[in-house]
Amino acid sequence: MKVLMFGWEFPPHIAGGLGTACEGIVKGLAHNGVQTLFVMPSASGDEDQSCATILNASDVAVRNVSDTVEEFLDKVKFINVDSSIVPYVDPEEYFEAIEKMKREQVRETTVGFGQKFKFSGKYGANLLEEVSRYAQVGGTIAMEHAGEFDVIHAHDWLTYLAGIAAKELSGKPLVVHVHATSFDRGTDDMVDSRVYSIEKRGMEAADRVVTVSDLTRNIVINKYGIDPAKVVTVHNAVDFSGRENLTVERGVRDKIVTFLGRITFQKGPEYFIEAAAKVLKRTKNVRFVMAGSGDMMQRAIRQVARLGISDRFHFTGFLRGQEVQKMFALSDVYIMPSVSEPFGISPLEAMRSNVPSIISHQSGAAEVLKYALKVDFWDVDAMADDIYALLQYPALADFANKQGFDEVNALKWNNATAKLKKVYESVVNQ
Amino acid sequence: MKKSICLYFQVHQPTRLRLYRFFDIGKDSHYYDDFANRTILKRIAQKCYLPMNELLLESIKKNKGKLKLAFSISGSALEQFDRYAPEVIESYRKLAETGCVEFLCETYNHSLSSLASQQEFEHQVLKHKAAVEQYFGVVPKTFRNTELIYSDGVGAMVYDLGFKTMLTEGARHIMGWKSPNYVYNNDFKPGLKLLLRNYSLSDDIAFRFSDKGWAEWPLTAERFVGWLKAAEGDIVNLFMDYETFGEHQGAECGIFEFMRAMTDAVAADKELEFVTPERAAARLKSVGDLSVPQPISWADEERDTSAWLGNELQQDAYNKLYSLEEKLSILNDATLWNDYGHLQESDHLYYMCTKFFSDGEIHKRFNPYDTPYEAFINYMNVLSDFMIRVDNAMAERQ
Repeated sequence: MKVLMFGWEFPPHIAGGLGTACEGIVKGLAHNGVQTLFVMPSASGDEDQSCATILNASDVAVRNVSDTVEEFLDKVKFINVDSSIVPYVDPEEYFEAIEKMKREQVRETTVGFGQKFKFSGKYGANLLEEVSRYAQVGGTIAMEHAGEFDVIHAHDWLTYLAGIAAKELSGKPLVVHVHATSFDRGTDDMVDSRVYSIEKRGMEAADRVVTVSDLTRNIVINKYGIDPAKVVTVHNAVDFSGRENLTVERGVRDKIVTFLGRITFQKGPEYFIEAAAKVLKRTKNVRFVMAGSGDMMQRAIRQVARLGISDRFHFTGFLRGQEVQKMFALSDVYIMPSVSEPFGISPLEAMRSNVPSIISHQSGAAEVLKYALKVDFWDVDAMADDIYALLQYPALADFANKQGFDEVNALKWNNATAKLKKVYESVVNQ
Repeated sequence: MKKSICLYFQVHQPTRLRLYRFFDIGKDSHYYDDFANRTILKRIAQKCYLPMNELLLESIKKNKGKLKLAFSISGSALEQFDRYAPEVIESYRKLAETGCVEFLCETYNHSLSSLASQQEFEHQVLKHKAAVEQYFGVVPKTFRNTELIYSDGVGAMVYDLGFKTMLTEGARHIMGWKSPNYVYNNDFKPGLKLLLRNYSLSDDIAFRFSDKGWAEWPLTAERFVGWLKAAEGDIVNLFMDYETFGEHQGAECGIFEFMRAMTDAVAADKELEFVTPERAAARLKSVGDLSVPQPISWADEERDTSAWLGNELQQDAYNKLYSLEEKLSILNDATLWNDYGHLQESDHLYYMCTKFFSDGEIHKRFNPYDTPYEAFINYMNVLSDFMIRVDNAMAERQ
């Protein structure tokens, strides 16, 4: 089995979780005997190619090869090239990355046939244009590599048009993988219609739609009107190989409860703050940390000050690299009170660092984590209860810690990709 | 009697905090950005303190002691002079020796303690009084509170500490139809005389001097002295930040030449006479009580305390800070007192101000942080570490 896969990023140069997930999937597929030809807009050359051949879309010249291509490209043109920024904000911590990329963005947009297009492969102001260029390159690649793959796999809306082009020009079946939807980025009435229409188009054109959780599966079925029969959930996994847990000397004697992620509406920061205030009414030997940045950060700071708990509730700003591990190592409880979370990999990382976690029922991770404590995001009383219990009752914390550690170590990409391989087989043999 | 002209200059430098991260809490108790504090202080010393002190000293000598003025130098500034630019202290001493310069008393750390706690206020005032005496050999007789903050209650505390004269703002909403060009007295303690800043004439120098869009630009000494003479009343109080000279108003705009000419002209004038605040209070009678139930200050359009305590961030930081006072008193530890003082500097709260739209310009000019939120986070991280130290010391005591 061979797959032509369209991604947007791949480690080591990643802005968020999508690249990490793609790496896990590619490696897992290799373990299951599936060969991958991985296309990304802007490869740097230092990607790990042991499990997949990586094709850099920036190196591919778009050729005027056939009428079909032009016909397809005509269809792609509906995208408004002058569009303003549509930050792709699913996986963790894009906020700062986007800000940085916007500054660095090169506004070089004119490109004709027979020319290469230099993709930034980022999430900046030219995003929609890059998405449409990527589709052109995707079609070209599918033709140049015809016969070298059995199935096409596209990750998230950024690559759906490339996937559709590849399908139209090669006749091979298409699987689209939904890591997040527009509904996880905005509220129901604030969805970007341009992105939504690309998402819907990709899902409709696909032979199978893979979702990272049942929660996302329901959104795909209900909000995009996709036939449930072709939507399959394959839960994310996490690759902890080569990772050692840090030991960090503590500066404070108090217990630490940590929220780590973008501080945006979807992540439910205000519920965490309310719960923190409730816990602080009952016990003083605890500190709360909100690590990350985002558009709700200033509001969160004001809320903390208004509640009068700013000597016990700390903000770290955006954490980089090792600092994330350090933060986990300092934590006694991890909390992810997301309002809407397609999956949510961070509690898995916390549990792997021996930190018991509280997560909201409104997250995909809640479907696979038996040993995380679960609450509704809006139920701040329950949240406060769970925080208090994990802090005050060592038996509970130890249990959640030990069981959780084993549990997340068992969530392997090898198993997840075995499921994915079955999905491929079901469409290839049709 | 000649009309009194009272010049008073505020000298203060905050002890800026370093970038203090959450991860530092409980591990590192050095809070200050020594590099920034040293660099900024040395720069301002070269641009303002040294040349302006020199100018004033020359003018005093030239006018045979007819130039009289007052300084209030915060303890935080004195510490930095001592550490980074002792020649500045030396130049103030030379001014002190002329006998024409009065040194005022304030809170040692330029703090808001007058609003928070009588006990801490007294502690800070006495500490500053001792510092002035130690550095300049004079016992201060006149009081000026941080940013000219004043209310009936604050005035009463100041009187009880033995001061007979106090400086504050001639805030329009307090004065109403009354003129700031007279001496008034505290509503509770008639023995405390009040000198009120003439904000219009003071700001002509401090804020508008180099503004080319101002109808009166360029301002000449002759015209300014004409305004002083035309002003009704017994006294014109020109109170401003000392950094006005050479720092806020750069040397290139002619501020030094203006001050030289203006002091010469007033000294030579038959209708005008420079006085120190102490002297002004001694020779001028109070024209009546001034009722100030709510605190006023010289800051921003509002002339109230909203620049430091206007939003919930500032209020929470302030409440947390002053909740420690009792523990500090019990511990009575010199190192802790020292940090506690520096954390009280009103500047830290000023950096958290969110009044961007009205007086944002002036706030930004003095702010090392990009946003009030950054200022708040950094301050609270430092304060959290300090609270841990206090609690540890309390635990050791028991």
